[in-house]
Amino acid sequence: MVDLLQLIISGTATGAIYALCALGFTLLWQASGTINFAQGEFVMVPAFLMLFFINTAGLPMWLAFLLTCLVAMVLLGYTFKRAMVDPLIRHGVIPLVIATLGLSIGVKQLVKAGVTAQAQPFNSIFPDGLLSLGALKVSYMDVGTLVLAGIIVVSLQLFLNRTVTGRAMQAVAQNTDAARVLGINVGRMVLYTFLINAVLAVVAALLVTPTYLAKFDMGESIGLKAFYAAIIGGFNQTRGALLGGVLVGVLENLTGAYISPAYKEGVALMLFLVVIIFRPEGLLGKTEERKV
Amino acid sequence: MKKLNLMLAGAIGVAVATASLAQQGPVPIVGLVELSGTGATAGTNFDNGVKLAVKEINASGGILGRKIQYTSMDTQSAPQTAKALAQKAVDDKAYVVMGPVFSGSFIVSMAETKRAEIPNFTGGEAANITQQGNPYVFRTSFTQTTAMPKLARYIKNTVKAKSVAIVWVNNDFGKGGRDSMAKALEAEGIKVAADISTDPGQVDFSAAVLKVKQSNADAAFVYTNEEESARALRELKKQGYDKPVIGETTLTGQKVIELAGDAANGAVAHVGLTVDAPQPAIKAFDQKFQAEYKYKSDHNGMKGYSGMYVVKAITEKIGKFDGKAFAAAMHGATIRVKDSPGVLLDVHFDANGDLDRESFLVKVEGGKQIVTSTLPPVSPIQ
Repeated sequence: MVDLLQLIISGTATGAIYALCALGFTLLWQASGTINFAQGEFVMVPAFLMLFFINTAGLPMWLAFLLTCLVAMVLLGYTFKRAMVDPLIRHGVIPLVIATLGLSIGVKQLVKAGVTAQAQPFNSIFPDGLLSLGALKVSYMDVGTLVLAGIIVVSLQLFLNRTVTGRAMQAVAQNTDAARVLGINVGRMVLYTFLINAVLAVVAALLVTPTYLAKFDMGESIGLKAFYAAIIGGFNQTRGALLGGVLVGVLENLTGAYISPAYKEGVALMLFLVVIIFRPEGLLGKTEERKV
Repeated sequence: MKKLNLMLAGAIGVAVATASLAQQGPVPIVGLVELSGTGATAGTNFDNGVKLAVKEINASGGILGRKIQYTSMDTQSAPQTAKALAQKAVDDKAYVVMGPVFSGSFIVSMAETKRAEIPNFTGGEAANITQQGNPYVFRTSFTQTTAMPKLARYIKNTVKAKSVAIVWVNNDFGKGGRDSMAKALEAEGIKVAADISTDPGQVDFSAAVLKVKQSNADAAFVYTNEEESARALRELKKQGYDKPVIGETTLTGQKVIELAGDAANGAVAHVGLTVDAPQPAIKAFDQKFQAEYKYKSDHNGMKGYSGMYVVKAITEKIGKFDGKAFAAAMHGATIRVKDSPGVLLDVHFDANGDLDRESFLVKVEGGKQIVTSTLPPVSPIQ
């Protein structure tokens, strides 16, 4: 029983990181109909940026994180939107999907050739050691990951539901034309979504890189799992992304411990297939009616 | 007719001169190395080791008066790429091919070099590499069948473990190591309490480590490639694993220590080569490598370096650049540090291309490898 609880807690911590990335998928989709298959690389790039600020510029972690957020918002938010999404989205989703796949490969190769092909260490912001709650032992890293990811998610939900800007963003996500008629600056709201996605990627990088290590291909796994998580939970619901991420993280852990670690990597895909077959809109997703 | 004869003589003259120039020009040696992908750490170190040796050899006049022209090509840690590049090395008329380091890539690519009768050195440790009767294959490190029994004896006599959980990477290197270790443990009467396979490039070791803990084994034996070893060590520490963590060379390499940080402390491994060994030739190598690359070499850098000096020693012994003669001379060859310091340790090659030499038991303390004992060769080097 203690093992099971430990597995669920550490799985939830891993799942929370997937959820942060999956949230980015759903936000971009809702706001602009964008599917970004370079989402994993959007996590990898901030990891290297933070390393640059820490190791080369000699900055403390918190400052490196803030600067990386700024650079990511410009590079992975604004520039990505203006240079790739805006020109392509008018031609439909498929050209954009292909373009982001190309971007994913391009960014990986750029980091591999221009920075390093070897993995780099990345220190955790949380202390080593275990938190003992009776027989239950949980690492500070898992607890810290859960708390930080939780704060980010709750803050985002509060922002979206309780602020004028957040509600305007939701209005754009629900019905762009109606939002425009109501006088909402749709372009600006969409841009905000891209900026939020960039910051979520930086937080995911901060949490996942100590385990994954900073490497040009570190985003492959997390990008794919976040995509599966978003589909599993419901691509058009932010709550769905959270559920999908946590579900994937926990089931991966349980499979690894009770069946075999060899099957662990296939869990997300299996769950994805089952959901696609029996509930294509996702566990919390809403069926989207086609406009006639 | 006279004019035709003159032209023919001229053509023959040009051909002979060209051939003669080729004989005197640089000797092409090709490196098939993992410069990207999951083997980037191993391949880059191996490549740097070879390059350093080539630089030194060329600076001292080359081999038999000819300079070495070393070209390294990136296998991307992919066997199919390694095979294609091995064919390119054959087309480029390589005298010797160095690498790949990854066993899985080498097993696929060595067929090409064998067909062309080109001696091929590997950093791979999988036992089956030298069990296929390929006379052109030579190791730069121990085969697993030599290394694992040494480690099993250590686990029995020093750690005094009755059971071991094995975590291994599911590729040719890992499978070979797992099989050899399971056999060696059985021979020592030690039980394998958990047999845990992981994927190459795996990033999350939480489930594997939990399995280790659940097995209640007296020690964990971790046999994965460098980056995965670092991730496994980090996860073992994260989950508070407090029993001995034992491994082979890849568990305590310099890059692993760098990546794993404090989590590497306490890990024990049997290593064929380490820059922390006390031998003067190894100390000299360590200084030269650090001066050249500004970082400390791992065992792969030493493998590439010593392998290149083996090429020099044997070529000078046979007195010509002939792949077939080279391979023949390698079998049964003994090269001593006093004659060729670049080989780093006295080394003997057997009829299969496997090598024998001293090895070391190391423990990571304070982020450094500490040599705790030097183990003799399996058979005394005569």
